[in-house]
Amino acid sequence: MRKKLFAVLLMLCMLPLQGCHGSKKTSGFAVPETFDAEKNYEISFWAKNDTNKVQTAIYEKAIEDFEGLYPNIKVNLKLYTDYSRIYNDVITNIATATTPNVCITYPDHIATYLEGDNVVVPLDELLIDEKYGLSGSEVRFDAPEKEEIIPQFLSEGVLGEGHYALPFMRSSEACYINVTLLERMGYTLPEKLTWDFIWDVSEKAMEKNTDGTYKVNGQNVLIPFIYKSTDNMMIQWLKQNDAGYSTDEGSIEIFNDTTKQLLEKVKTHAGSYAFSTFKISSYPGNFLNANQCIFAIDSTAGATWIGADAPLSDISKEDIARFETEVMMIPQVNWENPKMISQGPSICLFNKDDPNEVLASWLFAQYLLTNEVQIAYSETEGYVPVTKKAQESEEYQDYLARMGEDNDTYYDVKIKAAKILLDNVEHTFVTPVFNGSASLRNAAGQMIENVAKSVRRKETIDDKYYEKLFEDMVSLFRLNETGAMNTGEKDLGPLPYESVVLIGVLFGVWIGIICYVIREYFRNKKRIMS
Amino acid sequence: MKKTLALILALCLVFAAAGCGNGAENEATEAVTDVAEAAKVMSYEEYVQAELDTPVVVEAYVQGKQSWWDNKATVYAQDEDGAYFLYEMACSEEDYALLTVGTKIRVEGYKAEWSGEIEIVDATFEIVEGEYVAEALDVTELLGTEELINHQNKLVSFKGMTVEAVEYKNEEPGDDIYLTLSLNGVPYSFCVEVYLTGTETEVYNTVGTLKAGDKVDVEGFLYWYNGANPHVTSVTVVE
Repeated sequence: MRKKLFAVLLMLCMLPLQGCHGSKKTSGFAVPETFDAEKNYEISFWAKNDTNKVQTAIYEKAIEDFEGLYPNIKVNLKLYTDYSRIYNDVITNIATATTPNVCITYPDHIATYLEGDNVVVPLDELLIDEKYGLSGSEVRFDAPEKEEIIPQFLSEGVLGEGHYALPFMRSSEACYINVTLLERMGYTLPEKLTWDFIWDVSEKAMEKNTDGTYKVNGQNVLIPFIYKSTDNMMIQWLKQNDAGYSTDEGSIEIFNDTTKQLLEKVKTHAGSYAFSTFKISSYPGNFLNANQCIFAIDSTAGATWIGADAPLSDISKEDIARFETEVMMIPQVNWENPKMISQGPSICLFNKDDPNEVLASWLFAQYLLTNEVQIAYSETEGYVPVTKKAQESEEYQDYLARMGEDNDTYYDVKIKAAKILLDNVEHTFVTPVFNGSASLRNAAGQMIENVAKSVRRKETIDDKYYEKLFEDMVSLFRLNETGAMNTGEKDLGPLPYESVVLIGVLFGVWIGIICYVIREYFRNKKRIMS
Repeated sequence: MKKTLALILALCLVFAAAGCGNGAENEATEAVTDVAEAAKVMSYEEYVQAELDTPVVVEAYVQGKQSWWDNKATVYAQDEDGAYFLYEMACSEEDYALLTVGTKIRVEGYKAEWSGEIEIVDATFEIVEGEYVAEALDVTELLGTEELINHQNKLVSFKGMTVEAVEYKNEEPGDDIYLTLSLNGVPYSFCVEVYLTGTETEVYNTVGTLKAGDKVDVEGFLYWYNGANPHVTSVTVVE
């Protein structure tokens, strides 16, 4: 009896060890047969706007209209102006099981949320549910069908082996150009931008008058080329050069020679002050609008702030210059195979104990994909709707056709920026998503920031510098702790040393137990026989 | 014998379980930006004369704390001669708690400019002996003049201002409040920076209730964003 008890205790001791490596998550959510329309639900919706009042109004109208269709669902809106703040709040609330129901976020961030068990709702079954799926029989509004979501945008929400995000809006980056300054220098804007052209013009623009002002604008301030998101700058440069960034499984490949080549360019042009970044100097659009910048690369979703006639502005009216603004696809390394990033907000749902509450969240998320919301929101900035249903609608086509009619709804810079993405969806890409991909993205930009600052601080930038820079990035952003998504079976690679030791010891223990049992068996047998 | 075996097995499990933890090589280490060789402490005048992107070393007294996040602190500091904006200075949460108003610190970093705001970035600091709490300097008469920038980042006050507009950044409480105040009919931009004040503070709540036409005295730090953009820390309705 005591021996049996001993064996049972041993096995119980080992139970906690089962969770040490490669645990698999389960959905924890099943689509209910019917939605309980009698019960009241209150769901929270955390959203991001671009400090744009119209966007806030569109969210509020969407909620009002949705609540009209589903009187038993109340949606509480919480607005943010920064994705990273949403991310931080979600992470904090995961610990206390107080996550929102619906959240505007980035797939990179969802990858981290997925580290918690059953935190994020998998959407695969919801998407195709006959009753409540996209355009399902019980859905009370004109939702798009799954096939009507732009496939490339929909696929961006696949993490591991399942859908965890719906696209809400899509944008990319564009190069906003002060053509007046460019032509004043004797250049003609080419049909297709290259990095070399931008670097050449930017260096030329640094020529000064004897009084210290810049020849091209007659001012004391000029930064010819400013990049808003240096994360994107590095990511797109690497993609255009077909160089490593990361694998789908989360292996880090960014520390390579092509990265160094870009950093060498940054060293040269940040060193001459022909190039700068948002983090170092400020918003590119502000400099462009003040005639202090020639090439400003920023999101297409920032277009309403950029240009001489921009409807929104951060600088005083008297500082805004008159100039011709052009919007073009970002510079390319190889125009035979152009590459530009696809970005923009996605929607994810958080799991709750009551499946009907999750279903209420899903219905609201689905409502955000209706033409009413998609078209209205996309018109607030250089966004594009994520459904063909909206893109091909008469209303949206009319909006595009009226480009330049005014400097508000039909602001030409904004619509041109959106058209760049609409016309080039096949040239867009996204980076692999895994636990740690958000950190890798940060590291990509940080290297550019560091080199730009270092060269201006007269630090020596050589191979030794890059070696240390790469080491610092790994350490600062914990890139040695990244991993592939664990939402499905993946090749996890060779076992770590600690795991090998653990398994070896457990194996040894079991051999010991078996030997002991066999020995006791023969002892007892011997006793009985004697 | 059985006891010995049980003990051996238990020890095996304990040691094996210990292997589940992260190895020492996984422990994250903070990357610290190298600041050039420590130079002598600069006077405020020497700091003003220093070129952008050069290393600076100053000693000053904390006057306001804007934020702490991810081991980085943003702080307003001042001495008898001038003021400094210390942006995202390396700082543990424990050390941040020690940075009370009046605390003297020695700061080593680099001089930088962001949208007209002169600041010290990539800085480290140490607390040193000394204490000084600045009085708010009345710069009302300097509004709209070129002299105002000489007091950048100082704790300042503006008296007898008229409220023109109060606007929440997100159209609802919770984020920054953009405040337009005028003097002699000329409007000026102010901001209640939520990271600096928080939302559950007297200044945040009072500004939220202001109406166009109210007369107010305000205090705050003379921040710069494409021009003067004082960050308000207190407001008094005078009529």
